[in-house]
Amino acid sequence: MSKVVFLEELCKGCLLCTQVCSKKIITQSSRFNKQGYKVVEIKPEDLEKCIACGFCSLVCPDSAIVVYKSVEEKEPENV
Amino acid sequence: MTEKIMFPKPQVLANRPTHYCPGCHHGLAHKLVAQVLEELKLPEKTICVGSIGCSVFIYNYLLLDTIEAPHGRAPAVATGVKRARPDKFVFTYQGDGDLAAIGLAEIMHCANRGERVSVVFVNNTIYGMTGGQMAPTTLVGQKTTTCPGGRCKDREGEPFKMAEIIGSLGGTAYAARTALNDIKNIQKTKKAIKLAFRAQLEDKGFGFVEILSSCPTNWKMTPLQANERIAKEMIPYFPLGEFKNTLGE
Ligand SMILES: Cc1ncc(C[n+]2csc(CCOP(=O)(O)OP(=O)(O)O)c2C)c(N)n1
Ligand code: SF4
Ligand code: SF4
Repeated sequence: MSKVVFLEELCKGCLLCTQVCSKKIITQSSRFNKQGYKVVEIKPEDLEKCIACGFCSLVCPDSAIVVYKSVEEKEPENV
Repeated sequence: MTEKIMFPKPQVLANRPTHYCPGCHHGLAHKLVAQVLEELKLPEKTICVGSIGCSVFIYNYLLLDTIEAPHGRAPAVATGVKRARPDKFVFTYQGDGDLAAIGLAEIMHCANRGERVSVVFVNNTIYGMTGGQMAPTTLVGQKTTTCPGGRCKDREGEPFKMAEIIGSLGGTAYAARTALNDIKNIQKTKKAIKLAFRAQLEDKGFGFVEILSSCPTNWKMTPLQANERIAKEMIPYFPLGEFKNTLGE
């Protein structure tokens, strides 16, 4: 199981993450954050398609996405 | 089973929203610089030299000791800092208006002297902060507020290829050009930043990385269209790759 958390107040709605998403499941929502930007989301029914590649998190200029990947206990620390 | 965070946010990157426009590559470039600093265990011994341009507030976003240099003078300030404190890791972060226009003399001499400093050069082919004027790196035909009909080769000359120019100087140990338009290029950019930093750490000479970046606001495009422009218009004129590497890798 992977998990993607959007820090909505940091999002500027640039949509760069929608393009690099391996499964193209990130889309623009209809919500605005306090800064006035239309934030992105993954629809609950699409979340299971996420493979936790982390590309959305890597590309986000505003560090607004945290991607958690489930790993076996023994795997080395993330570098 | 445990959970790991993919590409976790570096600790030296401050927890605050940036003033950058949506999709601006400065935020991404800051993040890569922060990641490399942490991987090389440098934050505690780093002195960052900021420049004038949209990245002028870099000290708000990278939690490092920082000096703000006058427009274009970051390589001269970095020279003084490094010579006074050779134990410190010193890098500048500069835009193309800052580095290739008003600061052209400073960058050339700093590289030529082989100062043990590193330079992160964000080339977005325009003056971002002041509202989109022509820079020495503006592409032929590109429209800006000071060349509304498009840059003209006969009138303004061709854009400077800074990575090649810096790579041709004797004091340079590492010079490369990368881009931030896709995942592969983002990862290559991180590697190049690391090598530009190692040139200093290993006392080889001057380290330089030119990063082709977007300014969606002044290009009057969406961030996704801006990425396409980097691929279709910028990279063909500004080839990616290393122009000097004396690090043996
Ligand atoms: C001595 C001096 N001249 C001119 C300016 C006005 N000025 C501020 S930023 C800038 C250009 C910045 O462009 P660039 O380096 O490309 O950075 P960007 O904003 O695109 O990131 C200029 C000309 C200034 N601040 N100081
Ligand atoms: S890349 Fe970041 S700021 Fe841009 S839309 Fe995605 S989450 Fe928001
Ligand atoms: S004006 Fe351009 S360089 Fe400046 S923050 Fe906006 S997009 Fe970035």
